Amino acid sequence: MTTTLKQIGAFSSPPRVGLFVTCLVDAMRPSVGFATLKLLRDAGCRVEVPDAQTCCGQPAFNSGDTADAAVLARHFIETFEGYDYVVAPSGSCVGMTRAHYAEALADDPAWAERARRLGERTYELMSFLVDVMHFAPADVKLDTSFTYHDSCSGLRELGVHDQPRALLDKVSGLTLKPLEGNDVCCGFGGTFCVKYPAISNAVVGEKADAIDRSGASLLLGGDLGCLMNMAGKLKRKGSSVRSFHAAEVLAGMAGGPAIGEER
Amino acid sequence: MQEATLSFKARAKEALADPTLKIAIDRTTGTAERKRAVAMTQFPQFEAARERGKRIKDHVIANLDHYLLEFERNAIASGAKVHWARTAEEASQIVVRLCKEAGAKRVTRVKSMLGEEIGLPHALDEAGIERVETDLAEHIVQLGGDRPSHIVWPSMHRTREQVSEMFKRLHRAPHQEETIEAMVDSARRELRDKFLTADVSISGANFLLADTGATCTVTNEGNAELTTTPPRVHIVTAGIEKLVPSMGHAIAMLRLLVRSATGADVTQYTTFHCGPKQTGDRDGPEEFHIVLVDNGRTRMLREGMKDMLRCIRCGACMNHCVVFRQLGGHVYGGTYPGPMGAVLTPMFDGLEQSRDLPHACTMNGKCQEVCPVAIPLPTLLRGWRDRSWREGLEPTAVRFGLGIHTFVASRPRLYRLGTAIAVRVMRLFNRGGLVKGMPGLGAWTAYREFPAPAKRTFMEMYKDQEKGQ
Repeated sequence: MTTTLKQIGAFSSPPRVGLFVTCLVDAMRPSVGFATLKLLRDAGCRVEVPDAQTCCGQPAFNSGDTADAAVLARHFIETFEGYDYVVAPSGSCVGMTRAHYAEALADDPAWAERARRLGERTYELMSFLVDVMHFAPADVKLDTSFTYHDSCSGLRELGVHDQPRALLDKVSGLTLKPLEGNDVCCGFGGTFCVKYPAISNAVVGEKADAIDRSGASLLLGGDLGCLMNMAGKLKRKGSSVRSFHAAEVLAGMAGGPAIGEER
Repeated sequence: MQEATLSFKARAKEALADPTLKIAIDRTTGTAERKRAVAMTQFPQFEAARERGKRIKDHVIANLDHYLLEFERNAIASGAKVHWARTAEEASQIVVRLCKEAGAKRVTRVKSMLGEEIGLPHALDEAGIERVETDLAEHIVQLGGDRPSHIVWPSMHRTREQVSEMFKRLHRAPHQEETIEAMVDSARRELRDKFLTADVSISGANFLLADTGATCTVTNEGNAELTTTPPRVHIVTAGIEKLVPSMGHAIAMLRLLVRSATGADVTQYTTFHCGPKQTGDRDGPEEFHIVLVDNGRTRMLREGMKDMLRCIRCGACMNHCVVFRQLGGHVYGGTYPGPMGAVLTPMFDGLEQSRDLPHACTMNGKCQEVCPVAIPLPTLLRGWRDRSWREGLEPTAVRFGLGIHTFVASRPRLYRLGTAIAVRVMRLFNRGGLVKGMPGLGAWTAYREFPAPAKRTFMEMYKDQEKGQ
C-alpha cells in the first residue's frame, strides 16, 4: 500500500500539479511523459498537462541569448503560474526554471519575482515524489540490475541524488551496481554536444566504458538528454546495456523498447 | 608558435588524437582528484573554511585601494622597493630593467603563473639574460621549449617516460636508473650550481601580507628558498589580488589552497620574504623589489568579474573538468587553462580571439563545487556567452536558429505542429530504432547513435487519451 501525504491528511485536497513534459520527452520519448503522469497520479496528485507548454528556454540561455531565454521564461511562467506545483522529469529543465529564470529576467524585477515564486514550487520528478509527496512505488517488480548516472543540473543545482535511489530501492528484484564516476558529466551539455562533438564524444566514450564496467544490465537516469547521449554511445560501441529513464522503471513501464531500440 | 595560429577546434582535434597526452593528463589530474578527495574526508570543516576564505578575499577586493597602500607603506618600511605596473608589458619591462641595472647575466626563476601571464620568460630571453627555471616542472618545460599546460603541474603534458628521454638527451650528467629519484638527482646536478651563481632571482607570490609588507610563496621542492637567498637581488612579481590583511588570513587561505591543489595538509615549503638583508643577517638579497601588477584586474572589478579575483590558483577546477581532462592545457591557448582559464583568457586576449573557451563547457558545475573560494565559474562563463551574443560574435546560423526556435516556442500551436512534423521527418530515417543518415544530425551521429523518436509526440498521444476518456 502506498502512503501519500494526501492519505495522512497533509493536503486538504489533492495538490494540483502542472506537468511540464519537456521538449525532449514530448518529441523523442513520450513513454517518459506517461510514466511521469502515472507516478504523479499514484502519489495522489491531480495532474494537468497545460497545452500551452513548449520549451524552458535553456538552449537560448546557455547560448548567451538572454533576450530569447527571457521570452520563453515569461511564456513558461504564464503557462504554469496557476498550479500548486510544477513537475518535470528532468533536472536540467527544472534547474533552468529554479536557478536561472531570475537571472534571465534580471532586467525586469516584477517578472524576476514571479520567476522566483514559481521556482519555489517547481520540482524535478524524483525529488517531488520523495521530498514533497513522501511517495514510494508499490508492487513494482523488475528482476535485473541497474546502474545510475546523476545528471549534473539535478545533482548540483537541485540536490537530486538520494531520491531516485530511494525510489528505485522499492522496486522488487532490482539491484544497484555502482557506477564509477556517477557524478561526472556525460559530455552532453545541451548544445555543447553538437558544437564540440569531438570533445563531447571523448567524454561520453569514457562514460560508456564506465557503464559497461559496472556490470549492470540497465542504465538509468533522470534526464533524457544525457540518457540519449549515453545510450547513443553505448549502442555505437555495441554494448548490451539498455537505457531507460528512471520514471519508466518506477511506473512499471520498462517492458517496452529501451532508448534507441525499435518500437 | 603553431598553437597560436590553429583554431581552438583544430588544437582540440590534435590533442584528442594524442594517446600519450591523454595518459599524461589522466595520471596527473587523476592523482590530484584522488588526493583531494581523501584530504576532504579529513577536513570536515572545509565548507566553513571555504566560506571564510571567500569572505577574506571579497573583503580585500572590496577594499583593494586601502590594502594596496597599506602593503606598499609597510613594504617600503621593511626596505623593499615597490613598483606598480598597469599592463603585462609594463611589468615585464620593469623586471628586465631591474635585472639590467643589477648587471645580471644569469637569473633564477621560481615558478609563477603571473610571470607567465606578463610574458616574463620571453622578455628575459629577448633581453639576452640567461634564465634558469628552478621548479622541476618548469625546468622540464624550459628544456622542452614549450609552455606550461597546468598552473600547478606545468609539465603535466609530458609523461615521465618522455621526461626521462629528454633528461638523457639534454642533461650534462643524466640519470642511469629509471626511477623518479634518479631523474630528480639528474635535474639537481644540472641546476645546483646555477642556483648559487645567479645574479638576480625572480619569484611570484601566493599572498601579499598588507600589515607587514611581506610576501608568501609556497613550493614543494624548496627551490624558492634556494633561488631567492644567494643572489644579490630578489624581485617578486604579484597580481594585486594576492593581498590579504595579515598572516592569519594568509594561513586561512593556505589551508584551502594546499588541500585543493595537492591534497596535502600543508606545502613542503612555505616561505615569507620581508625586505632585503638587514644588518646582522647572515644571508638574503641586498635589494628586494616587489612589482605589483594590475593587467586587467581593476577592469575585472569594473566589468562584473570581481568573483574571479578570489581565485587562488589551486588548479582544482581544471583537475575536475571533463573538457580539460580530454584536452590538457595547451589547447586553451592562454596562460591559464581549464575553467578558470576560460574565464580569464577572454579578459586578457579579447573575446573575439577566444570565444570558443567559454563555449567549450558543458555547464556541469563540478568546477564551482570544488573551488575553494566558491567562484561561480559556470555563471562567469555564461556571462562571456551573453557578451559574445550581444557583441554579435556568435555565428549567424546559431543566431538564426535560436531566433526561429523562440518565435515558434512562444506560439504553442505552431510549436505543436513543428514538433509533430519534426518527429515524422525523423521517423523517415528510422532504421531499427536509430536515426540513420539524416541531414543536419552529422555532429551527433559521427560519434554516437541518435535514438529514433516514437511515431507521435507526447502531446498528440495525451490529447487522444483525454478525448477517449
